[in-house]
Amino acid sequence: MKNGTSVRVILPSELGIEKVAMSTAASMAAIMGFSADRIEDLKTAVAEACINAIEHGNQFDSGLTVGVVLSTSADQLEVKVIDDGVGVKTAPHAPDIDRKVHGEEDARGMGIFLIQSLVDEAKWYKGPPGKSFVRLVIRLDKENA
Amino acid sequence: MQTATKVSTRTTSVASGRIVNILAFGGDISSASKDTILGAYHSLNGAARNVLLDFTGVDYINSSGIAIVIQMLLEAGQAGTQTIGIFGLSPHFQKVFTMVGINKYAALHKDEAAALAAV
Repeated sequence: MKNGTSVRVILPSELGIEKVAMSTAASMAAIMGFSADRIEDLKTAVAEACINAIEHGNQFDSGLTVGVVLSTSADQLEVKVIDDGVGVKTAPHAPDIDRKVHGEEDARGMGIFLIQSLVDEAKWYKGPPGKSFVRLVIRLDKENA
Repeated sequence: MQTATKVSTRTTSVASGRIVNILAFGGDISSASKDTILGAYHSLNGAARNVLLDFTGVDYINSSGIAIVIQMLLEAGQAGTQTIGIFGLSPHFQKVFTMVGINKYAALHKDEAAALAAV
């Protein structure tokens, strides 16, 4: 696979379909030489980004799609997940397991935390419909870190 | 597109004589799994003291699925008499469960033998 290769996947706003994006990302990362554990990290991050796009961005609207653009360079794989929402207003705080287990905080709401924890870069961009996206990056130079 | 969640339950006992209820999951664990998993959990005898969650047959877990595990921990805490342990997670999901902090409330074991030995 050449540096600069870009693959675009268009997903309906349907939970479960994020596995198609996971598989695509995993295949590209494997070809690039990422280790199995980094590929697992990427798969979870991509899945959570797609779920956020389907659920919060497109609000399960079957008429809207989620775009996933995967782009390679010599030392990194970039994944953009694009939806028709207004973008992430403020990143939620890290999950507090004590509050969750005591019913003081919603048991859900861990997706953004997992994304931020599992990839080297994660940044959310607000835009008009179809232009809000999250950009994820994993770098090959972290393989031996 | 989601693979259905499967849950089977079984009971065993350990050398100490303690009874252990095991909930074994299969397929995907996501938001769509909530009723299936919590239904199986609620169907356990209310006196169940030792519960193990077996993820050996799970193909996919997302954050909504992890939230269902947290819900069980919440209910176990409210009961006050129940201990939950977890086994069969892949190394990746052992890491994810630890990141979230689940290991503070449920011991994570490599396999069933290790989980039963800890009861």
